[in-house]
Amino acid sequence: MHIYMLKRLGLAVLVALAVSMIAFGLLRLSGDPAIAIAGEGATQADIVLVRQTYGFDRPLPVQYAEWLGRTLRGDLGESIYFKTPAAPLILSKLQTTLVLGLLSLAFALVISVPLGVLAALYRNSWIDRLCLGLAVIGQALPNFFFALLLIMLFSIVLHWLPVSGSDSWQHFIMPTVALGYYAAPAFMRLIRAGMIEVLDADYIRTARAKGLPASTVIFKHALRNAVVPVVALTAVQLGYLLGGSVVVETIFALDGLGYLAYQSITFKDFPVMQSIVLLLSVIYVVLTLASDVANAWLDPRIRVA
Amino acid sequence: MAALAQPAGSPLQLIPTRSVWQRIWRNKAVVVGGGLLLLMVLVALLAPWLSPHDPYAQDLAQRTVPPVWYSAGSWLHPLGTDPLGRDYLSRLLFGARISLLIGVSVAIISGLIGTTMGMLAGYFGGKADLVVSFLVTTRLSMPVILVALATVALIGGSLWVVILVLGLLKWDRFAVVMRSATQQVRSLDYVAAAQSAGASTTRILLGEVLPNVLPHLIVVATLEAASAILLEAALSFLGLGVQPPLPSWGLMISEAKAYMFFSFWLIAIPGSALAVLIFAINLAGDGLRDLLAPEGRA
Repeated sequence: MHIYMLKRLGLAVLVALAVSMIAFGLLRLSGDPAIAIAGEGATQADIVLVRQTYGFDRPLPVQYAEWLGRTLRGDLGESIYFKTPAAPLILSKLQTTLVLGLLSLAFALVISVPLGVLAALYRNSWIDRLCLGLAVIGQALPNFFFALLLIMLFSIVLHWLPVSGSDSWQHFIMPTVALGYYAAPAFMRLIRAGMIEVLDADYIRTARAKGLPASTVIFKHALRNAVVPVVALTAVQLGYLLGGSVVVETIFALDGLGYLAYQSITFKDFPVMQSIVLLLSVIYVVLTLASDVANAWLDPRIRVA
Repeated sequence: MAALAQPAGSPLQLIPTRSVWQRIWRNKAVVVGGGLLLLMVLVALLAPWLSPHDPYAQDLAQRTVPPVWYSAGSWLHPLGTDPLGRDYLSRLLFGARISLLIGVSVAIISGLIGTTMGMLAGYFGGKADLVVSFLVTTRLSMPVILVALATVALIGGSLWVVILVLGLLKWDRFAVVMRSATQQVRSLDYVAAAQSAGASTTRILLGEVLPNVLPHLIVVATLEAASAILLEAALSFLGLGVQPPLPSWGLMISEAKAYMFFSFWLIAIPGSALAVLIFAINLAGDGLRDLLAPEGRA
C-alpha cells in the first residue's frame, strides 16, 4: 500500500511539474510577452522597460525556475487588469466555483443514480430505452445553448430566477443545472452498466433467495458495489465541471474562477490566466490522486497491480 | 493471414459479409444517426446550391425578419434574417460546413497523434507505455476549454487556429483506447506470425495491428468529432473561436444573444441545428460501439 501510494504521489508531482511548464510556456505563444503587456501604441523604450521589469530578457529556464519558486511560495504576480496581487484575487473567487462544482456534481448524481438503477432493473424495456435516449439527447445539447434556454424559460417567461449575478442562492440554481446536466449521462451509463453486472452476480441471487425485500437487495447489496467505479469517474467529472465553469459562469456572470478566467483571457491579463490554468490543473491532479488512493483502499487488487 | 486468424468474437470483419450489413441495418441507432448525419453532410456539401441567398450579403432594409411561420415572416427568407439583414437559412446551411470541417479535421489531427502514441505504447509496453501514460495524464489534467481559450486568445482566432488548437489538445481518448486495443491484439497469432516472418515493426503496426483496431478507432473518432464541434461552438460563442463574418453556429448564437428576449428564434435555430448534428453523430457512434462490443448487447 505504501509503495503504491508513493509511486502514485511521485507521478502526481511529475504531472504537476509538467503542467506548470505548459502553463509557463503558454505565455510565450503570443511571441514577446513584453510587447503584449506594454499594450498598443507603446514605444520601443516602453517595451524595453517592461522587458526589464518583468525579467523577460533573461534565459527561459532561469525565468521558469524563478517563476516556479515564486508560485510555490504563493506569489502569483500581479493582475495587469485589476492591478492587485493575483493570488488573493484568485482565492477570493475559488469558493464560488467550488460551490458551483460540488452543487453541479450533486445535481448530476441526483438525476443519474435513480435513472441508472431504473434502466438496469428494467433492462431492454421502454424505461431503459427512455433513459438511454435522455442520455443521448442530454449529451447533444451544448451547455451554453441549454443555459440560454434556461434563462429564457425561468427568467424571462416565468420570472422565477435572476438572469445573472452571484448575490444569493437563487443565482446558483440555473448555473448548477446548466453545468451539472452534462455530467449526468456519463454517470447514468456507468451506474446502469455496473448495476447490470452486479445484478447477475451470485450473491444477489443468494440475497433474493434468502427472501430479503427487493429494496434491500437493490440498494444495500447491488448499488453499493455498482457505485465503486463511480468514485473514479467523480474525480474526472469534477475536473471537467471546473473547466466547464468558464462557459457557464460567463453566461450567468457568476463571480467565480471561471468568469475571472474568461475576463483575464479577454483582457490579456497573463499572470491571472496562467495562474488559473495552473490552479485548475493542480486541483485535478489532487482529485485524481485522492480518488486513486480511495480506490486502492476500497479494492486491494489495485494496490498489487 | 488476418482472415484466417480472426479471433473469436472479433469486431467487424475486414470485408463486410451480408450478415455484418444485416447487423448494422438492424441497429436502429446506427441507421437513424448515420442517416441523419449523411443528410447533414449532403446539405453542407450542397450549401451553395441550396442556399436562397448569399450568406454574407447584408440587407439593412430587411433586418431581423422573423421566420416564415411568424405572421411577419415571408418565403423570401424562410428562416428570417439576422440583425444585419443576412439570410438566416443560408447562414445555417453554410454553418453546417464549418461544424463538419471542424469535426473531421480535429478528429484527423488528434486521431493521428493519439493513435500513434496509443499503438506504440500498447505494442512496445515498458518505457514507451510509461511515457505515453504520463503524457496522457498530463494532458487530462489541463482543462481543454480553458487552455483552448487562452491559446486562441494569444495567437488570435481563426478557423484554422481553432482546428489546430483542438487537434493538438484532443488526442487523449484516442491514445487511451488505441493503447488497450493494441495490447489485446499484440499477442494474437497473426501478429506473432508476421513477427516470425520477419516483418518490420512499421509493417506489423500498419499492416496487422491497425486494420484490427480500426473499428475502435472509428468509434472514438465519431465521438471526438462531436466533442470538437461542441468545443468550437463554445469557443466561438465566447468570441474566441471562429471570427465574424463566418457563419459558425456557435458564433450565430453569440451574435443573436443580445436579441434573444425579443427574437428567440435567432438562438433557437442555430442551437437546434447544433443539437441535431451532435445527436446524430453520438447516436451513430454509440450504435457502432454496441455493434463492436457484443457483450454490451445484453
